[in-house]
Amino acid sequence: MDKITTIRSRTVVLPASNIDTDQIIPARFLTTTTRIGLGKQLFSDWRYAPDGSPKHDFVLNQPQAAGCQVLVAGRNLGCGSSREHAPWALLDYGFRAVISTEIADIFRNNSLKNGLLPVVVDAATSRWLIENPGSEVSIDLASTTLQLPNGISVSFPIDPFARYCLLNGVDELGFLLQQQASIAAYEQRHKDL
Amino acid sequence: MPKTMFQKVWEQHEVAPETADTPAVLYIDLHLIHEVTTPQAFEVLRQQGLSVRRRDLTLATMDHSTPTRPEQVFAGVPVITTAAAKQVEQLERNCSEAGIELLNMDSELRGIVHIIGPELGLTRPGRTIVCGDSHTSTHGAFGALAFGIGTTEVGHVFATQCILQRKPATFAINVNRKLSAGVTAKDLVLAIIGQIGVEGGTGHVVEYRGEAIRALNMEERMTVCNMSIEAGARAGMIAPDETTFSYLADRPRSPHGAAWERAIERWRELPTDPGAAFHREHTLDAAVLEPMISYGTHPGMVIPINGSVPNRKGDPVFDKALAYMGFQAGEALRDRPVNVVFIGSCTNGRLGDLRSAAQLLRGRKVASNVRMLVVPGSQQVKAAAEAEGLDRIFIDAGADWREPGCSMCIGMNGDTVARGEYSVSTSNRNFEGRQGAGARTLLASPLTAAASAIRGRVSDPRDLL
Repeated sequence: MDKITTIRSRTVVLPASNIDTDQIIPARFLTTTTRIGLGKQLFSDWRYAPDGSPKHDFVLNQPQAAGCQVLVAGRNLGCGSSREHAPWALLDYGFRAVISTEIADIFRNNSLKNGLLPVVVDAATSRWLIENPGSEVSIDLASTTLQLPNGISVSFPIDPFARYCLLNGVDELGFLLQQQASIAAYEQRHKDL
Repeated sequence: MPKTMFQKVWEQHEVAPETADTPAVLYIDLHLIHEVTTPQAFEVLRQQGLSVRRRDLTLATMDHSTPTRPEQVFAGVPVITTAAAKQVEQLERNCSEAGIELLNMDSELRGIVHIIGPELGLTRPGRTIVCGDSHTSTHGAFGALAFGIGTTEVGHVFATQCILQRKPATFAINVNRKLSAGVTAKDLVLAIIGQIGVEGGTGHVVEYRGEAIRALNMEERMTVCNMSIEAGARAGMIAPDETTFSYLADRPRSPHGAAWERAIERWRELPTDPGAAFHREHTLDAAVLEPMISYGTHPGMVIPINGSVPNRKGDPVFDKALAYMGFQAGEALRDRPVNVVFIGSCTNGRLGDLRSAAQLLRGRKVASNVRMLVVPGSQQVKAAAEAEGLDRIFIDAGADWREPGCSMCIGMNGDTVARGEYSVSTSNRNFEGRQGAGARTLLASPLTAAASAIRGRVSDPRDLL
């Protein structure tokens, strides 16, 4: 996994609350056996008309969305299914961070494990971001701060272990594999259960 | 210091407790897997030269993208999506290479992953259970700590039988008095989600408590815990009791003899100690609840069956949901025409659910404007239903009786609702497009679904009981 230090980008805003993972990547695309190439199906039913043509009123189809790496969304982003295809699709499309006032547990976990940074902010910051789409923001993982172009800087919470892994490009599986002796000891203690 | 059931199960599974710098290493007693969320995890094992640490604690089934038409399951008629067929073949190859037991298409034990665990006696009080599926919360009905994980974590469990977790907070939902006739566990959990909201449980493990919960049988408790994730909760749990023990006694893979006696002794220690504190509590009265139905595009958008769609002027998200559903604020849903009725899923695909629907359909017909699909949750559910003639009741009424699978809950296998159609569904999600692109889902109980199938309109099942 690539190291993450700072993400500097304009934002794309989807103001809806409760954007579920079925919207991020509809279930019919989950028959894939790889994790690559899902970006073209990201938000498929919001992005394309039934005949496959792009819906021009959807923000990702508008020219200003090109190259944006930060997605700002309403409350409770990523609720619903545990499909890791959701962060895979966002990353494959080109997003590197998502910002919301609340991010659903499994989606947040899945995002952290793939290097998509989940940034939870207060209601006022979220409102400002939603009202100012396309703003150039800077997310610094080392200092866990989000810098807005209006000069305001807010800190965001992130699990210290996940932060360490992301900053150093370290895979969490490596840490777990180092626990083999403790795991074997646990199994020995519980073998009668 | 008194402890909650969650705390007890958590502490019993800590290989290493959490610290300021690192999450807890939590041991997993049962890893259930299926075709959709595992191929990429097996790939990581191959790339890193790792093997599955505890094949004996891993069980595979195929359910999400499998066909439900008998001629496709047994007679070689090709499935609609070749990608789905490829995914199923991949699971067969992966399980065979890794030495994992797989309940494949011709197994008499195959079924939806959250139906078969309990049915086999693998889902037990005090266990930690994970699966790459958010409805793993179902297994909490037995007093297990069970939650959905992503594919990366599936790989972690394969390689180490552990996952890294921060300890969630606890949330008691107290349900006083009892449900009245015609009001089911599904109505109860829809009402709870309506009250606390689809993000109401985020970061928490819910424990459902109170007289109404104690009065539920195990299948009903599973329906409640199943939908914990629809309130955003990490997991849902119900304390084990005599109802739990009698369900598990004599299941094929339950402990037997002296091991059973020892297990029961341990399980009796699990319920939350008197005086234990929860981070949050919510209390409701079961006796005043009515059959519930969803009107919007998430499971918190629910109303009593005789209620009307609320009005939230100026809320664009709410307006978008109503526009998708084709509903107006203030209108009643009762008597709205229905196109499809689906009975099945890990929420309501068990024998009791089928009995409940059959009770209304016996001697009646599905309305001519309705296409009705009845999909048992597992081969064992199907066999039991057929043994008591439920299949005949459904078929005689004009419904389609299918082979087990997730089917129209997720629509990955070609069982879908057409664009713009209304589906009264016993499944768990009414998200946009969940049952097919453009499909409009109304979540309800098997009773309400059956009543709506008979009348061809959204109906209160109590009128037909």
